[in-house]
Amino acid sequence: MKTKIATLAAIGILASSCATMMSDGEADAKALAVMKASFKERGQAKLDRLDQDEMQKLCSHYVGGKTLPKDAAERVEKEQQALIKYPADAKYLGDWKQGERIAQSGAGKQFNDDPAAPTGANCYACHQLSKAELSFGTIGPSLYNFGKLRGFTPEMQKYAYSKVYNSQAFAACSNMPRFGHNGILTEAQIKDVVALLMDPESPVNK
Amino acid sequence: MNRIQRLAAGLCVLALASGVSAQQRTTVEEIERYRAALGDGNPAELWEARGEGLWKEARGPKKASLEQCDLGLGPGLVKGAYTVLPKYFADSAKVEDLESRLVTCMVTLQGFTPEQAKKNPFGGPGQKSDIEALVAFVTAQSRGIKMNVAANHPAEQAAYDIGKKIFYFRGGPHDFSCASCHGADSQRIRLQDLPNLTKLADAQRAYTAWPAYRVSQGEVRSFQWRLYDCFRQQRFPELEFTSEASVALTMFLAKNANGGVFDAPSIKR
Repeated sequence: MKTKIATLAAIGILASSCATMMSDGEADAKALAVMKASFKERGQAKLDRLDQDEMQKLCSHYVGGKTLPKDAAERVEKEQQALIKYPADAKYLGDWKQGERIAQSGAGKQFNDDPAAPTGANCYACHQLSKAELSFGTIGPSLYNFGKLRGFTPEMQKYAYSKVYNSQAFAACSNMPRFGHNGILTEAQIKDVVALLMDPESPVNK
Repeated sequence: MNRIQRLAAGLCVLALASGVSAQQRTTVEEIERYRAALGDGNPAELWEARGEGLWKEARGPKKASLEQCDLGLGPGLVKGAYTVLPKYFADSAKVEDLESRLVTCMVTLQGFTPEQAKKNPFGGPGQKSDIEALVAFVTAQSRGIKMNVAANHPAEQAAYDIGKKIFYFRGGPHDFSCASCHGADSQRIRLQDLPNLTKLADAQRAYTAWPAYRVSQGEVRSFQWRLYDCFRQQRFPELEFTSEASVALTMFLAKNANGGVFDAPSIKR
């Protein structure tokens, strides 16, 4: 009888410890369920923001020193490139002064933001751009002299547009938001940001 | 001058200082100015004092104080309690961080409904938060003590694993996760230094400095608030106060800070 109880107890302990040894997939599913129950929609931020697309799912796994395999990275980049919508007029350069305003503003898409108000891209949060703005972040590389260093060519304008539109098309699992793909910026706003980077008169190239 | 008067005087200096061409100075310089203006006084002491009053006062339908609340080291033991949280509690059968534990005690000991206990989780103009004051009081009693989150119970381990998943979860219109800003060394957002919460030294330094008196907001902010506002900027929906995800993420961050000497409520910009 004693042995029986001990065995049962051992099974119990084993069962309870096994219950915590979740596989990676189980942990993902559990974490998502916990998040869905822990967030509530507010304003424009609905719960569907927790529904990941394939890129988000994949990039949530290759973290903490685990690097994304080359073939997977190439696949993501190819898929994301195919999603880029280019301007119908094939013109990429807007107004750099507007671009500077967009680069300075972090407004938009937060649950307390007015969805009707203009949004920003907050470029300075992560990048150096003009020489005059000293309050810039370092999560992304410096973009000072972006056009001057690369040449003021139509190809480079198109590349800048594509990169702002969908950063994942060129660097899988980049930290940079997909401003066009996810509707953070309008086409006209992206052109303004491209002008900030590519207009020879922009302070970025001075 | 007594302590409170000194603090009030410090706050006046602050209010004046912040009006003068603040934009021309860098954030770092501003922080130094604030610190100098405050001298050795941290306005969080006002919250700590109010929190101590709330802790000892007989309140709620049961007209009881919180003094018999078990914060993880046993009923009534406050000193060092914050350094072992979050923790699994058998009575509630849940892993709880400090804020959720306070809610549990307000319900079980004082007879408040959970809704009443969670009212005003974060203070703002014209609405004081009792929870933030209690958090200031309780955490201050762990100052100088090393973080020591056990996470041995299966439920605690599960919370840690889920918290880790949440930390790396990319979502929303900006594709952000916690790790977007807190996963690499020596980075800044604008001029603000960002701790790499996946590295021991940074994780310890960051976690042991919360809660904090936020000069820019004039409020003591709890760790629950820190997570709530990070997710807002991450463009996620609204994180519910003391939700399972918030506690799991806190478990991940608190355990990663083990060994760090707790030193809060602190003062931040």
